[in-house]
Amino acid sequence: MLWFLIGLVLISVSGLPGLFLRRDGTGGERLASLLTLAGALFGLLGVTAALTAGSALSLNLPWSLPGEFLALRLDPISVIFLLPLFLVTVCGAIYGLGYWPQRQHPASGRKLRLFYGLISGAMMLLLAARSGLLFLLAWEAMALCGYFLITTDERTAQVRRAGYIYLIATHCGTLALFGLFTLLDFHSGSLLFPAAATLAAAGSSTMFLLGLFGFGMKAGLMPLHIWLPGAHAAAPSHASALLSGIMIKMGIYGLVRLTSFFAEIPPWWGWTLLLLGAVSGILGVALAIAQHDIKRLLAYHSVENIGIITIGLGLALLGRSYDQPTLTLLGLSGALLHVVNHGLFKPLLFLTAGSVIHTVGSREIDHFGGLLKRQRWTGLFFLGGAVAICGLPPFNGFVSEWLIYLGVFAVVQYPGSQLSLSLLAAPALALIGGLALACFVKVFGVTFLGEARSPAAAQAHEAPPSMLWPMGLLLFASAWIGLFPMSFRALLESAAKAWGGPIPPRLTESMAPLGAISVAGWLLLILLSLIGWLLWRRSQNAPRALGTWGCGYQFPACSMQYTASSFADSLVRLFRFGLWSRRQGGNLTALLPARGEFSSHTPDLILDRTLIPAFASIAWLFRWLSRLFQNGVVAIYLLYVALTLITLLTLLAR
Amino acid sequence: MIGRITLQLALLLIFAPLPLGVINKTKALFAGRVGPPLLQPYYDLARLWRKGFVISRTTTWVFLAGPVVGLVVPLLAALLLPFGGLTAPISFTGDLILFVYLFGLSRFFTAAAALDTGSSFEGMGAAREVTFSCLAEPTLLFSLLVLASGAKSLNLGALFGPQLAGQWQNGNSASLGLIFVALFVVLLVENSRIPFDDPNTHLELTMVHEVMVLDHSGPALGMILYGAAMKLMVLSAMLVRIAVPAQTGSLLFDLLIFLAGLLMLAVLIGIVESTMARLQLPRIPQVLVGTTLLSIFALILVLR
Repeated sequence: MLWFLIGLVLISVSGLPGLFLRRDGTGGERLASLLTLAGALFGLLGVTAALTAGSALSLNLPWSLPGEFLALRLDPISVIFLLPLFLVTVCGAIYGLGYWPQRQHPASGRKLRLFYGLISGAMMLLLAARSGLLFLLAWEAMALCGYFLITTDERTAQVRRAGYIYLIATHCGTLALFGLFTLLDFHSGSLLFPAAATLAAAGSSTMFLLGLFGFGMKAGLMPLHIWLPGAHAAAPSHASALLSGIMIKMGIYGLVRLTSFFAEIPPWWGWTLLLLGAVSGILGVALAIAQHDIKRLLAYHSVENIGIITIGLGLALLGRSYDQPTLTLLGLSGALLHVVNHGLFKPLLFLTAGSVIHTVGSREIDHFGGLLKRQRWTGLFFLGGAVAICGLPPFNGFVSEWLIYLGVFAVVQYPGSQLSLSLLAAPALALIGGLALACFVKVFGVTFLGEARSPAAAQAHEAPPSMLWPMGLLLFASAWIGLFPMSFRALLESAAKAWGGPIPPRLTESMAPLGAISVAGWLLLILLSLIGWLLWRRSQNAPRALGTWGCGYQFPACSMQYTASSFADSLVRLFRFGLWSRRQGGNLTALLPARGEFSSHTPDLILDRTLIPAFASIAWLFRWLSRLFQNGVVAIYLLYVALTLITLLTLLAR
Repeated sequence: MIGRITLQLALLLIFAPLPLGVINKTKALFAGRVGPPLLQPYYDLARLWRKGFVISRTTTWVFLAGPVVGLVVPLLAALLLPFGGLTAPISFTGDLILFVYLFGLSRFFTAAAALDTGSSFEGMGAAREVTFSCLAEPTLLFSLLVLASGAKSLNLGALFGPQLAGQWQNGNSASLGLIFVALFVVLLVENSRIPFDDPNTHLELTMVHEVMVLDHSGPALGMILYGAAMKLMVLSAMLVRIAVPAQTGSLLFDLLIFLAGLLMLAVLIGIVESTMARLQLPRIPQVLVGTTLLSIFALILVLR
């Protein structure tokens, strides 16, 4: 535990020395990366100790605040969330050296590094905290640091707006969490977290709803995701990687931890999560397809992946409610493994996107094009991340989605029960997978393939090694889990045990043959490289001076390539009931039409289409009322005073 | 196991182009022509393999990765599936998901290879391919759910195993029939046949799958055609098994039944192609959603 605390302190203060060093020097940023690396290594040491010690490590120190102890504990569930945290924090810190160098950003660089370290430390504390008060302290620290990360580039109005929306959303969530922990204190008699599966049913549903709102807001579940796309697009790429890969998972951690407390789980909890998960998954990816800004697009994919994780968690809860331990184990392991996986490939995608944005200077997908020729490694890493996030073998995304599928299919073995309805999760997952594939073919194709679509893209250059290595490391980790999924078996088993409830002790090979998946992955890789080598050798002496066949047209231009919006158009039209895209122009009528324009834009369904109009009309109503009452006529004001006095007198004179 | 794998792969590699020849012959008969010889697809493949390449200067290595993945995926997927009465060489719980996602991988790389050329026609084809396939995906999953709840098992070997014959007899025949229709539609979509796509059209604007491979030539085009033939055979194997679940126990007879079923299915595809017109593009998603509903009915029938 001591190692873990040393790591926590080192990471938290990593940005501090930079404040006292020169504004335009490189010392501060290097020192920050070094401290982060050291802190992560110490933290990893602590986590390994927690895993090898057999039982969870814990630390209880008396303190004078409410809640008896400063209680810290590392159990396998915390460890699962901590592992990607360490990796992503370190990768992001090193990547930041090239992406946001202090020399080029003297105003914001130090602030970024300070809060980058602080948020990582706050999340470590959050994952180890075992008392409500400590949890809330860490939660609030994390939420505030998140705000400062998002508003790093505070000179732009768009960034400030994203920051405000985030701040409002996160504090609405925190408010619900205050209620949650007060209730928990009331029902369990202590601010310390109760042991797994011990809390009685009294008041549990209110607590679940409060938790669902507070944690769901942070995780970005569908109706509560309003802050997410803007915030992830506004932050610097490595900060987006940390926010999207790790911070939103703290919401999932909260849900997993909260549901572990209760001895009995009502069925509607699982059904609610399943429904919310499916809605987040499908609408998240549909909104992602319609985006033209690469970081907004990736942010909507976070909503989709949170949906997949929630489907897994919902299945686990249903397993608890209907006494199907196999279902619980498969759903929970799938959800937790997807937490790790999404924590690897989403930061990878954000870092590669950052590398592209860094060199082209735009976030619009249609300004890229043909980058694979100029950014070989970035393109390769992005491709790896894209295959992984689509859940395709042989990468890690496939393994966790496959576990969730196994959970769904396990239901067919209990015919006639109410659980049959949850079978619908399988086709929903398939639809999500198919749409994600369409989306990433679009992003990869339009960004990296074809010809450059803007002069800046034609001049692009590869990122420096300090940015490439972190991406490579993340891709390696993704491939590792895809090719050796067995290495996570023990951790998933012990995490499921720590979650409580009746659960099969082992994730056996007959239940989930991870070994076979590993063999299939290797077989696929070997065959691909063999046949790929064969074709590559044959293609060596092919003439390469010719252009793409233009179907007879002699003068093709780069602007004739299929754009991102045209690629997505047919799918966007299919989902028009949920997207409500705005389309302008595009109607050419005459035989020899004049110059025309077309643009399409898909605003957020909840934020831009519902909340902002609703709040705007409420604001209008109150403005109207205030104009009505505060009309500047003194006599009317005196009348209000008189009326109030009379009312008070009649009320009090009873 | 090695023997099984070899046998299965040999069957696939040798017989895959044959159904294409049968389809073309059927269509020729309907049109009153003599048509190309039955073995024409084999001649085409051999000729393409001997030819040289032409590669556009716009492309990168992704352009070559498309054909490679398109060839490897059906090879691997075939190992998970029982060919007629033969047992599947590789079988484990949950392999049906691997089967579905492997084809997803091949779609990803085929579409990416199409975008690599920078041609707007190929971009158009890629967009249509991913759109239609993601609508076909839920149908496939629903069908697999129906089969899985009939078989009470989660591996393809058991799903298409000897128990299918029993299911036809004890009351599951209606849902199996619906599944057959749904999977037949998936087969037509995934293999770009009429009424969803026309493999023979020469108008780039109307094509879906064929337009994606417009710029491929020589051995790469050969790999694509061979991969497509194997994909047709693998997906047909599922349909043949559902329609003819009979099993004699003798390896040779089972094999013959399977091959005969395969050719019959090819004739069926040929008849559909000869008698139907191509659907308008906006109509295709409607048909696919309709098919999904059909498979939902099948699932309800099984779970009632």
